Amino acid sequence: MNMRRTVGACRAATALSTLTSIFASTRSFALTHSFPLIRRFPRTGMSAPTAISARARGLAPSRRFAVVAGFALMSSVVLAIGIPEAASAQTLRIALRQDLDTMDPTMSTTYVGRIVFAGMCDKLFDIDTKLSIVPQLATGYEWTDPKTLVIHLREGVLFQDGEKLDADAVKVTLERYLTMPGSFRRSEIALIDHIDIIDPLTLRIGLKAPSGAFLAQLTDRSGMPLAPQAAAKEGKDFTLHPVCAGPFKFVDRVAQDHVTLERFPGYWDNKDIHFDRVVYQILVDNSVRLANLKTGSVDLAEYIAPTDAAAVKADPKLRLVISDALGYFGITNNLDNGPQAKTPYGQNALVRQAFSLAIDRQALVNVVYNGMFAPTMQAVPNSSPFFDPALTVPARDVAKAKALLTQAGVTLPVKLDLLAFNNPDVMQAAEVIQSMTAEAGFDVQIKSMEFASSLAASQTGDYQAYMIGWSGRLDIDGNTYAFLHSKQGNNVSHYANPTVDQLLDEARGLTDIAKRNALYAQMWTQEQQDLPITYLWTPNNIVGMSAKLTGFRPVPDGMIRVQGLAMGK
Amino acid sequence: MRGHLGSRIAQIIPTLLLVSVLVFCLQQLMPGDPAMVMAGEQAGDTQVVAQIRAELWLDRPLPVQYLHWMGNVLHGNLGYSWRIREPVAQLIAQKLPVTLQLSVMAFLIAVAIGVPTGIIAAVKRNTVWDYLANAIGLAGLSTPTFWLGIMLILLVSVQLGWLPPSGYVSLAENWRQSLATTIMPAFVLGNAIAAILMRHTRSAMLTALDQDYVRTARAKGLREWGVVIRHALRNALIPVVTLGALELGTLLSGAVLTEQVFSIPGFGKMIVDAVFDRDYPVVQGVVLVTAFLIVMLNLIADLLYVVINPRLRGA
Repeated sequence: MNMRRTVGACRAATALSTLTSIFASTRSFALTHSFPLIRRFPRTGMSAPTAISARARGLAPSRRFAVVAGFALMSSVVLAIGIPEAASAQTLRIALRQDLDTMDPTMSTTYVGRIVFAGMCDKLFDIDTKLSIVPQLATGYEWTDPKTLVIHLREGVLFQDGEKLDADAVKVTLERYLTMPGSFRRSEIALIDHIDIIDPLTLRIGLKAPSGAFLAQLTDRSGMPLAPQAAAKEGKDFTLHPVCAGPFKFVDRVAQDHVTLERFPGYWDNKDIHFDRVVYQILVDNSVRLANLKTGSVDLAEYIAPTDAAAVKADPKLRLVISDALGYFGITNNLDNGPQAKTPYGQNALVRQAFSLAIDRQALVNVVYNGMFAPTMQAVPNSSPFFDPALTVPARDVAKAKALLTQAGVTLPVKLDLLAFNNPDVMQAAEVIQSMTAEAGFDVQIKSMEFASSLAASQTGDYQAYMIGWSGRLDIDGNTYAFLHSKQGNNVSHYANPTVDQLLDEARGLTDIAKRNALYAQMWTQEQQDLPITYLWTPNNIVGMSAKLTGFRPVPDGMIRVQGLAMGK
Repeated sequence: MRGHLGSRIAQIIPTLLLVSVLVFCLQQLMPGDPAMVMAGEQAGDTQVVAQIRAELWLDRPLPVQYLHWMGNVLHGNLGYSWRIREPVAQLIAQKLPVTLQLSVMAFLIAVAIGVPTGIIAAVKRNTVWDYLANAIGLAGLSTPTFWLGIMLILLVSVQLGWLPPSGYVSLAENWRQSLATTIMPAFVLGNAIAAILMRHTRSAMLTALDQDYVRTARAKGLREWGVVIRHALRNALIPVVTLGALELGTLLSGAVLTEQVFSIPGFGKMIVDAVFDRDYPVVQGVVLVTAFLIVMLNLIADLLYVVINPRLRGA
């Protein structure tokens, strides 16, 4: 019997003896052997209080035995199966908030899928806690001209099936991402014009146009080299047997349940790997995820609900780490997408400005997220090098909002349908906004739909205002261009402003951050006038973990980097 | 009896065909575009969405889509999950043992609690035992499964540390851990069904105990429990078996909330996720397999009637 089981038995014994004496009054094998702390009554084997109590009630011994037998049986079953053996100290268990989709980075679209890839697939480049791009499988890069990127690869890197990582493998992967039917990477790296191999460890990528955002794409799935032979052999079934060049190799996956990875002994950075296995467990319910963390069934939960953060903080066995995330949450406004745009709210920017001013963003995040998220007016977190410090969150001003509505000449109350997908947090936020804006003269009706339906409604223009977030990208281009540029599909507002288009185009073609920020500052000025998107808050990554776990790096992309993680004593 | 059995077996194929047409047509009524859901954050890219539509045959007429799918099913191919990109048959093969184990355990718990309490409530009619059994039944019926599940996790796992709060281990991998991870969800599911079984057993037993043959058996001097078990219960069991088969069928179609709370990877969770993700092949595959299981269960129930009541053998 190991220590954990002994402690468990003692705790159980204590609880039983104090809470329910009848529970302890059994002759069962399990009880006799697992509850040494309970003093058995000499003749019957029952604990004294129960035996006395049973006799006092005049129960015959056989009846007494029948009464306790059921409980004894239950306790025997529970104790016989007991809590599973303590997980091996060499297994890291990570709880994910939802199930991932495919295990092929080519086809993957989910955020949690990226977390699993972080344990399995190294990338050409990574980002650090300060959002700087740092080499991983590459050792460095240089722009030989604004359209040509040269990447130098690390020597001696192996894929998990023993293949060598070289320039050819990277080229084959990028070509797979670009050409494979159904690839979700294609649009991320569509700027690639050609790839040349200079030598086995150097390759040159020629772009169709200059891009300041291209390198950032190689810090995510588009930068994950896949084992060329395995990818060619498996084709679309690569998801069943994925092979990358990361620290842990794929073992098995049961959808909606878990993914198991096993340490790859040939990993190039093995000195930073301190676990033999990593198990990603899908725990959708916030309370259940927290319970698993508290009982030690998982070592780390990649997301703790803000309302549960206090419980984690209060537990000395646990640690809470909060860091900026890359995304945002806001209200996308329908300006020109079908008949639903033909409302005072969709047609008059003053009405949208009034609506924005009527919202107290700080109070909103205080109510819904216990103040753990940051109010914002822009698409990037304040830790981003693209954050515009001049764009501050204005205080709520109901009088000014009313004045703007008067200036707009609209009839009060201004009716507005607010589309929200049926997530409890989002619904609560919608209700708070409904209440706040009512004071300024808005009559907000909340339309709730499940996510897929709301997404379809936003694309077809069947909405007036839509509460939706974006998980975020390292480069500001990934958080703005697709949503604000007139020629982009994710611009479901159908917002079209030539000045904004020009500024976004110019900014993405530059690599100098200061010059880009100057252009983005102009873009924000126009965006704040037109308000195709009313930005509300920047979420935070709230990670809960065992206090014994060391080496955790809170990177804003929310990925759990297994390198350096270790379980202390 | 053989004729009856033959006709029941002959009904299986048309039933499954009808189910397949129904599920195929009904899911088309759902709002939302599967291609857009699959495109994820690239849902705005019309080129990506059009490509997905073409790849999944969503740009073809509905009858063509159905026939394509059904043709594959008849060849033993349930298709690929659009979201997970794994064969549906493989996903079902992963989930079916989980659902079967959980369902059977829940059902056994339900029978172990529901039938004896129902008998006791009937035999001890209008006594404290009857009231107690009714109270337990009412509590079981009116306790929401997700609430009971969370409470059990907090008490048994977090406070007492007896059982793991969630997760699943297969019986083949480690039977002890498997029981440890499934006993709480099985109890939660079984608890609600036990209440229903108790009510029906009690009602059927009360009717049976008022019958002449029971009075005759007593008059012959048989022991009371012999009368109850051998004579009354046997006849009272027919409606209970019918109900049990229906309840077991419901269990096999998945217990969404319980699976969610205890993170059990069974049919319920899979089908709900598939519906939200518009993963039509998974929805169709799971519904078809579940329908087959339910049809088979009803067949077994029919056979059980004959075992329980010999008079039906000549029917």
